[in-house]
Amino acid sequence: MTTVQFIFYACSVMLIGSALTVITAKNSVKAVMFLILSFFFAACIWMILEAEFLAILLVLVYIGAVMVLFLFVVMMLDVDFAELRQGFTRYLPIAVLMSGILLYILFQVFDSALTPEAFPIPEARPADYSSVKELGMLLYTKYFYAFELAALILMVAMISAISLAFRGKREGTKTQSVRKQVQVKKEQRLKIISMPAEGTNKEGEE
Amino acid sequence: MIALSDFLVVSALLFVIGLAGIIINRKNIITLLMSIELILLAVNTNFIAFSRYLDDATGQVFVFFILTVAAAEAAIGLAILLLVFRNRRSIEVEKLDSLQG
Repeated sequence: MTTVQFIFYACSVMLIGSALTVITAKNSVKAVMFLILSFFFAACIWMILEAEFLAILLVLVYIGAVMVLFLFVVMMLDVDFAELRQGFTRYLPIAVLMSGILLYILFQVFDSALTPEAFPIPEARPADYSSVKELGMLLYTKYFYAFELAALILMVAMISAISLAFRGKREGTKTQSVRKQVQVKKEQRLKIISMPAEGTNKEGEE
Repeated sequence: MIALSDFLVVSALLFVIGLAGIIINRKNIITLLMSIELILLAVNTNFIAFSRYLDDATGQVFVFFILTVAAAEAAIGLAILLLVFRNRRSIEVEKLDSLQG
């Protein structure tokens, strides 16, 4: 067994194990933590498949942003997780049955169509090969409109998330009113008071 | 070296785990969202494996877009989850039946 094979099998076992923990964990915070772990091992497998850019993207964007968002929401909600576990075993037989059927069908396909002869193991890419460069060339030429649409989708998601979670102006919150700021007069801000100078004041008292 | 079917078996197992997670967790919306993330991860692994073994970088472009859409979906889903919890003080899926569905 080569080193790459060992890393692949170790990562796969850990990936499947942490994914199983995600769906069976009693505490949601624990589930999110194991989801992060499974994303990390998936990134390792992507690295073995020589998709370096996407593996780093998964770690930075997914673990760094999306999973932290998950963690925030889970910690913000004050939910009784023990209550949410009821009825867990009720659907377990259906889940096992459906999973078994799906896995059986998939393995039939793997056995018949995806033989090692049909898909030979590719040669390792040279050391100066850059997957970032290749991906960038495709993204900014052939798939440029799709790339811009992706930016649009992200903006729509941002606006909708803000407008969904925003509670609106409430009493007592301090906000900036540009209209009032522009219309302000000198008399509202500046107050001139007349008072004697300090030196003369002391002399007058004496 | 590692054959293509090894990668596909891993992602098939991941997909099935995500599916089972959706079926058995009838009460917790957060776990449902996490199961969807697992399924998307399995699909992405499939795309990258085929992209490597067919030597075609288009699969990686596809994964890029799936990641974008999944991030948007997670953001909106969590915002909706927050609203549901704020209005009903509960995130049980079975209690969300005001549409009589």
